[in-house]
Amino acid sequence: MTDQLETTISVKGLWKVYGPNPERIVGTEDALLSRADLREKTGCTVAVRDVSFDVSDGEVFVVMGLSGSGKSTLVRCMTRLVEPTAGQIKLEGEDILAANTQRLRELRRTRFSMVFQHFGLLPHRRVIDNVAYGLEINGMSKNDRYARAMEVISLVGLEGNEANYPSELSGGMQQRVGLGRALASNPDVMFFDEPFSALDPLIRRDMQQEVIRLHEEVNKTMVFITHDLAEALKLGDRIAIMRDGALVQVGTPEELVARPVDDYVANFVRDFPKSHILTLRWIAREPTSVDDLSGPILAPDMIVRDAARQVLEAGRPVRVMNGEQLLGVVTSDEILSVIAGGPDD
Amino acid sequence: MTSATLAPEKLATPKTPKSLLGRKNAIVGIGWFILAILLKGRSTLPLNRSSLTSVQESLTNLSDAIDRNRNSNPFFLNVINKIRSSINAFVNLLQDAISQGSATRAVPQIGWLGVVAVIGLAVAVFASARAALLAVVGFVTLGLLGLWQESMDTLALTLAAVVLALLIGIPLGVLAGLYPRFEKLITPILDFAQVMPTFVYLTPVTLFFLIGPASATIVTLIYAIPPALRITTVAIRGVPWSTVEAAVSMGSTRWQALRKVQLPQAKRTIVVGINQTIMAALAMVTIAALIDAPGLGLVVVKALETLDVGRSFKAGLAIVIMAVVLDRSTTAAAERVQKDSMQQQTTAQKFGVASKWIGLLLTLVAIYISNIYLWASQFPGSGILGLKVASIADSSTGWIQLHLVNVTNGITDLFSYGLLNPIQSLLVNAPWYTTAAAIFVIGYLLKGFRLALIVVVCVATILISGLWSDSMVTLASTLVAALITVVLGIVVGTWVGRSLPVDRVLRPILDAGQVMPAFVYLVPFLGLFGATRFTAIMAAVVYASPAAIKLVADGVWGVPESITEAAISAGSNTWQLITKVQLPSARRAIALAINQGLIYVLAMVVVGGLVGAGGLGYLVVAGFSQENLKGKGLAAGVAIVMLGILIDRITQAIADRRDVHAKAVAT
Repeated sequence: MTDQLETTISVKGLWKVYGPNPERIVGTEDALLSRADLREKTGCTVAVRDVSFDVSDGEVFVVMGLSGSGKSTLVRCMTRLVEPTAGQIKLEGEDILAANTQRLRELRRTRFSMVFQHFGLLPHRRVIDNVAYGLEINGMSKNDRYARAMEVISLVGLEGNEANYPSELSGGMQQRVGLGRALASNPDVMFFDEPFSALDPLIRRDMQQEVIRLHEEVNKTMVFITHDLAEALKLGDRIAIMRDGALVQVGTPEELVARPVDDYVANFVRDFPKSHILTLRWIAREPTSVDDLSGPILAPDMIVRDAARQVLEAGRPVRVMNGEQLLGVVTSDEILSVIAGGPDD
Repeated sequence: MTSATLAPEKLATPKTPKSLLGRKNAIVGIGWFILAILLKGRSTLPLNRSSLTSVQESLTNLSDAIDRNRNSNPFFLNVINKIRSSINAFVNLLQDAISQGSATRAVPQIGWLGVVAVIGLAVAVFASARAALLAVVGFVTLGLLGLWQESMDTLALTLAAVVLALLIGIPLGVLAGLYPRFEKLITPILDFAQVMPTFVYLTPVTLFFLIGPASATIVTLIYAIPPALRITTVAIRGVPWSTVEAAVSMGSTRWQALRKVQLPQAKRTIVVGINQTIMAALAMVTIAALIDAPGLGLVVVKALETLDVGRSFKAGLAIVIMAVVLDRSTTAAAERVQKDSMQQQTTAQKFGVASKWIGLLLTLVAIYISNIYLWASQFPGSGILGLKVASIADSSTGWIQLHLVNVTNGITDLFSYGLLNPIQSLLVNAPWYTTAAAIFVIGYLLKGFRLALIVVVCVATILISGLWSDSMVTLASTLVAALITVVLGIVVGTWVGRSLPVDRVLRPILDAGQVMPAFVYLVPFLGLFGATRFTAIMAAVVYASPAAIKLVADGVWGVPESITEAAISAGSNTWQLITKVQLPSARRAIALAINQGLIYVLAMVVVGGLVGAGGLGYLVVAGFSQENLKGKGLAAGVAIVMLGILIDRITQAIADRRDVHAKAVAT
């Protein structure tokens, strides 16, 4: 992700507080209390606490956290399935929270769409009618919407199943219908609320590949909610880690793995093989006077795992070069400390 | 996991009640028992059958006043009378179509052949071929019994009430499903309508709507709207929220979400609701015979009054046939809706379209023929089957009364002297203030002042009605019948709940038992035991048992497998498993079974007034027929309602307390 890209979604100071008179909490000292203390004092529960972030055009932005961390509420606030208590959400400059019912419905029909954890398919409609539902309620004629639905059905790999009912499909296939339904209206932004957590691991991996493929094909901006770190690291251009309603850290997968801001994030990423995420940029060290600077050259965004064999076989420091610029050197020591998961420096 | 180890200690603390009633309540009960014996015969407030209190007289006057002003009071002229005439017109329309001749025709527009064809086609199209066959055979049997016209009257009234009940109940149910506040508002009204023994609102309704089809339809509506409404609410609530949320997230309007997402998914459950509405309506239409609603119920009532067992058995059989046909057809339709909505059409179904058109054509021909030819209009023959059934019933009753009189009398006496009389004399002879105080304290112990207040209002109303003594007679019969029902419920329910094969055999019988209109149960017992309290109580037990058995069975069945497995692996034998694990775990269900058992039993014990049971039921029946006892009958109706509310609230409180207790142990 380079910085020049346009911002599609901008979230600023977003709060969601449940309970009696939730507005009175935001902006007061009470807002600084922990969840439990606040509940004790006011009877209110904070689900989303002062969250701000931007999502760029075409980016896959993953929000990750344990259950109860507020991530599902956050994504529902962004589509106003849940009304936020305070804050600002802009979609390409338009204030979502200012939209009236009519405008909000229009936005939902044309600008963004959502894929749900439990699919939310309509059991009494065939696959094609599920996919075409959004077009139907927007008043598109039957022929047009079926034509569009068939396009989407083939895009998500459901050809031949269009006349089936959801109950006749496997879980993975059902979520493909969910994907197709979300794609049918050709939205600018797609929201995913833990879409694969109800699927078994093998199917989940297929579906993740499917999302990556779709992203390459249609290049939508995506906001993806998950509790699965592997999924977050695999899909996310950037990842936001959430705890108790607040964002703890926002960064690229490498940033999270290499520089967790606190123990909470560190705990999360501890068990994940760093060599699969980190690139040479993150482990290269300043060359010292004793280093032999005649070794092979590798690019800084090469992943450690892929570079391991070459570095280990080189027998001397490998130079990490960004064009003509020497960023540092990598030796077997650095590689092994990442792969063996040795103590961080 | 720690809760499991804590539970026994908690149970051992004195705060936790051990029995279903609790220690303090037991002390109250014993105290009442001692006082009742010591103060026997004092302040029992007896009232002679023909005597009247001033309250009862003023009720008679009130009803007379309503009668006098019927055609002058603007409220009557503009509202009540308008409702009455439009409902009457609607019912008459249906009667003209299938049961009665009109001013211009001696016979209905559609004769038996046409009706049978229409029923057969409708059931075949919307339900299944098997159900259609059953419906055709059933309806032809009604004709063979010689009760075609009466059956069609019952059907016309039932249809009228069902159409109105669904028109009112389904939209309100949808509203309640969408808006929890609205549901909260109407729930107490529905509770009240369902707790009230059906019997008691007959008189008040006739006061306003006179005797006739309008009153019959309205009392039926009071009984049939609650199930339609409740099930629709449940159906709307049952639609997975994820689908509604998904639809909203795509920009559906509220109306689109309702029409395209919620209603289609709720359809199957709503069809089940239609089934229950039809069964409730049929049950009530037969009871409405007491206020002269035409049809099979009237035949039973007339026959019961003259103790004509043969005729009442014949008409009872017709009601059962009608109930089975209506139940099976609508159940099959519900299953059909379920199947169709989630599967692709098979070629067989597509092929069926052609036969539907042929069926429609044949049906139209049948209607035409039955409109024109007398043989297809009036059911031929003189009800030979009916005569045969009646004579068999009569002769077997005669045989029993001749040869088994010692046995049946023995049973009746044993029961009367061994169980009913002691309880009744205890309740009737106890001073009213001791009994009232005991109920008050129990109410307070169970749920604090709110329940105690309800007790005060109910007891006071019974006292004002001047029928304390009769209420105690009815209460005694109700308690005895409920006791038998609950014992049956626990024993048979445990058996059913523990064994799948038993469940398979018994459940259809129980289901059928539940849909039968209440007073067909009086008929066979009348044949066996004559017109006695015992007949009424036995009919009540049979009427109430299916509900109690099913509740207990579901409770036992619902005990998690992991718990029973743990108990078995700890070495429990079957008896220990039942008494220490399954029944205690099903306590909530048992408490509900007691509640439902009592409510059902009360309703039926009151109907027993028809066959010579005393107490409040007799007074209500007397109020129908004797002008000067009208007020007393009304007062008896009020007393029955109060008794019902008392029984319902107190048993609900017991059930709730078990719940709280179970939760306390679980956490």
